[in-house]
Amino acid sequence: MIRLVSFALFLATWWIGSLFAGARLLPDPATVFETILAEARSGALFLHLGATLARVFLAFTLAMALGTALGLLMGRSRLADRLGDTWLLILLNLPALVVIVLAYIWAGLTEAAAIAAVAVNKLPNAAVTVREGARALDPDLDEMARVFAMPRWKSFRHVVLPQLAPYLAAASRSGLSLVWKIVLVVELLGRPNGVGFEIGIAFQLFDVTRILAYALSFTAVVLIIETFMVQPFERHAARWRSA
Amino acid sequence: MQPAGVPLDVLITRKNYVTASGERHDVLRDIAFKLGAGEVAAFVGPSGCGKTTILRLIAGLDPDFDGAIARPPGTLGMVFQEPRLLPWRTVEQNIRLVAPHCADATLAALFDVLGLAQHRAHFPGELSLGLARRVALARAFAVEPSLLILDEPFASLDGPLAARLRDELSLLVGRRPVTTLLVTHDIDEAVRLADRLFLLSARPARILADVTIPGSRSARNEADIAALKADISQRLREAR
Repeated sequence: MIRLVSFALFLATWWIGSLFAGARLLPDPATVFETILAEARSGALFLHLGATLARVFLAFTLAMALGTALGLLMGRSRLADRLGDTWLLILLNLPALVVIVLAYIWAGLTEAAAIAAVAVNKLPNAAVTVREGARALDPDLDEMARVFAMPRWKSFRHVVLPQLAPYLAAASRSGLSLVWKIVLVVELLGRPNGVGFEIGIAFQLFDVTRILAYALSFTAVVLIIETFMVQPFERHAARWRSA
Repeated sequence: MQPAGVPLDVLITRKNYVTASGERHDVLRDIAFKLGAGEVAAFVGPSGCGKTTILRLIAGLDPDFDGAIARPPGTLGMVFQEPRLLPWRTVEQNIRLVAPHCADATLAALFDVLGLAQHRAHFPGELSLGLARRVALARAFAVEPSLLILDEPFASLDGPLAARLRDELSLLVGRRPVTTLLVTHDIDEAVRLADRLFLLSARPARILADVTIPGSRSARNEADIAALKADISQRLREAR
């Protein structure tokens, strides 16, 4: 209920803003919505949303998998932590744009270069968060698993992963929003489709309606993913806490 | 059931640890004993003397000591001072995870003895400490261990509850003989549960006396137990 009110307030603010700024700088919600419908009817919307979503999914999965592995290793081993720490700091502070441009120069304007560039941007972030989680692992439970000779995979799945769950959730939360923003830049600079590509074209035409139509459509997709996938998963993983 | 020979052969010549400030302390000195199959031994000694350290070495949790320990082949069951359950798994999952081959009937019987039957689907956070300790006991028995290690399993429970759990434990040990090591600071508990008592000195811990309690555990009556307790307390006082 409160969410609905808040959303209505957002639309009202936008609409009032458009009255003051004029339709060229900030078109009103109805115009943008009509554009979304038109793009949807032509099929272009779904093509570009799909392309962006696929890139987000691939880059996110890649970054989370590698970042989690790296974070676990650095949280568990002092040597790995010392070796990797400087690298992490460099990666964390390297601007996304630099990584993207270099990836395109070195690997060409390819899909692999685009996805790798996004993953490299997100990876240090995931690694740092998971490293904190790995440092906080309970040694008592680890001993329990060793005494009862739990197989490695089983102990990882049932002893380690649940302890990492809050850290993984935090990393994916911030990761999803970060990744989709960087994917748009990657598409703007060197891909022939996707939301970023469309926004690039709209920018050249100063077509604010089109920019908003695509941006809001993709935001809606992310909201749906968050509400129907991330949140139910978190609730499921945290059900023992309600006890 | 047990292979011939000595199931548990412990020889710890020395165990020390280095404090954060770099000082070296001896914790254990010349701890040597052998335990036959199905024998129940209790370590009794002043708190902080290194009883838990002995158990950790025998459990293989700490390989850093001088000496050798030969454990019976087969699985190890352990009850820690704290229950150490996985809070994100139910009672039943906690047990099945370490004992995947435990038959349904065996598990049901265990739950029955320990009064856990209606708590199968509960999470550890929903249990009282007494119940959580019962789950830890059930877990140690469910793996059908060849060696059972109990580290003050009833610490910080009130008297009557500890007594009930002790009875349940002796029932479980009686049903399926298993070589057992028990650490306790409660002489009563030691005398009721064990066949052999090892009295330990203060740090660095040595074995002061190796007392074999005659007769089977179930045959002891209250008078025997009182006499034994007096004897053990006397010896502990003399050692001090």
